[in-house]
Amino acid sequence: MSNVKNMDIDLMQNELNETMNALMNGDYEGKEKKKVLARIERIQRKLSKKRSGTVLSRAFKRDLVAYSFIAPNFIGFAVFTLIPIVFAFALGFLKWDGSNAIEFAGLDNFKRMADDTFFWAALKNTIIYSVGTVPLTMIASLALAIILNQKVKGRAIFRTLSFFPYVGSLVAVTSVWKMLFHPSKGPVNAFLYYVMKIPQDKLPQWFSGSLVLVSLILFSVWKYMGYYMVIYLAGLQGISSELYEAASLDGAGTWSKFRYVTWPQLRSTTFFVVVMLTINCFKVYDIAIMLAGGGSGELTPSGTVLVYYIYQKAFIDWDLGYSSAVAMVLFTIVLAVTIIQFAGQKRRDR
Amino acid sequence: MSQHITKKKEYGSSLHSKRRNEIVKKVIIYIILIVIAIMMAVPFVWMLSASIKSDREVFQMTPFVLIPENPKWSNYRDIWTKIPLIKFVGNTVLLTIVVTILQLLTSSFAAYAFARLNFKGRNGLFLAYVATIAMPWQVYMVPQFLMMRRFGLNDKLLAIICLQAFSAFGVFMMKQFYEGIPMELNEAARIDGMNEYQIYAKIMLPLSKPALSTLTIFTFVNTWNDYLGPLIYLKSVEKKTIQLGLKMFISQYSSDYGLIMAGSVLSLIPVIVIFLILQRYFVEGVASAGIKG
Repeated sequence: MSNVKNMDIDLMQNELNETMNALMNGDYEGKEKKKVLARIERIQRKLSKKRSGTVLSRAFKRDLVAYSFIAPNFIGFAVFTLIPIVFAFALGFLKWDGSNAIEFAGLDNFKRMADDTFFWAALKNTIIYSVGTVPLTMIASLALAIILNQKVKGRAIFRTLSFFPYVGSLVAVTSVWKMLFHPSKGPVNAFLYYVMKIPQDKLPQWFSGSLVLVSLILFSVWKYMGYYMVIYLAGLQGISSELYEAASLDGAGTWSKFRYVTWPQLRSTTFFVVVMLTINCFKVYDIAIMLAGGGSGELTPSGTVLVYYIYQKAFIDWDLGYSSAVAMVLFTIVLAVTIIQFAGQKRRDR
Repeated sequence: MSQHITKKKEYGSSLHSKRRNEIVKKVIIYIILIVIAIMMAVPFVWMLSASIKSDREVFQMTPFVLIPENPKWSNYRDIWTKIPLIKFVGNTVLLTIVVTILQLLTSSFAAYAFARLNFKGRNGLFLAYVATIAMPWQVYMVPQFLMMRRFGLNDKLLAIICLQAFSAFGVFMMKQFYEGIPMELNEAARIDGMNEYQIYAKIMLPLSKPALSTLTIFTFVNTWNDYLGPLIYLKSVEKKTIQLGLKMFISQYSSDYGLIMAGSVLSLIPVIVIFLILQRYFVEGVASAGIKG
């Protein structure tokens, strides 16, 4: 019996040695190599199981320890994130009001969107808001990071200060903005009236009509540039100073240094910043209802955004299937932008 | 001889213009910085100033005074009686502390396994985490609500804890940070006979202060300031958080500017304090945690 077992082990050991030798000789390339590596691991696992001869093999014990580390987070994550995500995809194809029987709706929810003017207004506004906010925030935060990465006096204070809008709660900072930009009493319009001599009836209405999106964009740049500044700052500190010294020796000025050293070196940071900004822009909701919303937070078509519509359809109208279908549109756009960015970065890497 | 002198002069003047350029550059940088600092600070200064003014004084421009002659400190007293602010603050403090502790513990724990242990299904599990980072919560908030309601968590603070405490972002960030810690430390500890739990508690955790501080700032700020989550789940007044309470107050008393600003100032204090305490690790944390990509 034990002889058979030993023979088995010898056989496997031989197989293992052969494969490893072949690998060393470079017989395998790319995908093939990965497969072989996986096979080696498999054989090794079997071997150790055979050798130890216990039910609970070493590898299994090792896995158990690892799972015990992951479990506290993963159980919560699976129940409260993964399952709802799967459920969300299904819900988009159903018709349900949350209490009565669920009906299968096929593509009806998506067909309904075609003639839904409020949906199109929400989609259009969200896209305009994102197209305005993403590049402006990126440029502002990069510029600020470059300035604050130099030796300037009071650097720490400036860094802290530019982070205040990010940590401040939306309810608090939007209520200040609404006062500062108050159409008849606010100091901004008072300045336009008294100093710039703009007549009373031409003063901008910052939070209604066509200016809503402009206000939302300006506010978002102000609120989030400090956060992305920190990410850029981290990226800048990762650039080796030798690159700048070499550029100086070649006679590069400030602009050339930025163009040929800083910008290319920050490519992966910029990728991250743009993707995060896009995701955060498309999920905008609270900024809109607090700056442009009426007394109970209702939005008119000129200031509405996608998430507002998802919220309304689900929690006010209890039209759950349709709400999830709109959410799928949101997800598809975010995914598409991420993939395009990713592909763009890959192409430039080559 | 004279040639020598002119050369010296030329050299001197070019040095001079170089220095002048430097100074011009410095001045421009400081002007930009001061403009930005003003833009960042003005709303907060205005908030503080308005919080001790009467409604009549708030919008008085000519002349504008920062501190009124008779500061209306009563705004800070009245806000507590106009709304059940103490209840709101209590709820928010409880939520924020529980969520932050759970987030730090569970994500650093899980991240240790992803960064340091070899096990079956590691790549698949980690992919599940990474894939959801790019998924806006708003996409699945509706089915999540339906599920929580089924669990009987509607209008319970526990719902917000479940929602906030197990983020994929925390695990991802901690894992990136751990991977920057030299593997030799683990190997040495294993040779010394430590098990994985001891290595996590005695070696990795003390080394990850920057990442833990950064994650604390993010989690604390997000939970304290969250609006949409509590809006969906917390319906009864005694369950509301400070953000919901403040918003409720604003829509009820939209012209009590002094009181609104006093409430806003109070709601800002905890996050600002936490940020100021932990910020010295912040840039380092962001950098080493590799969120820069």
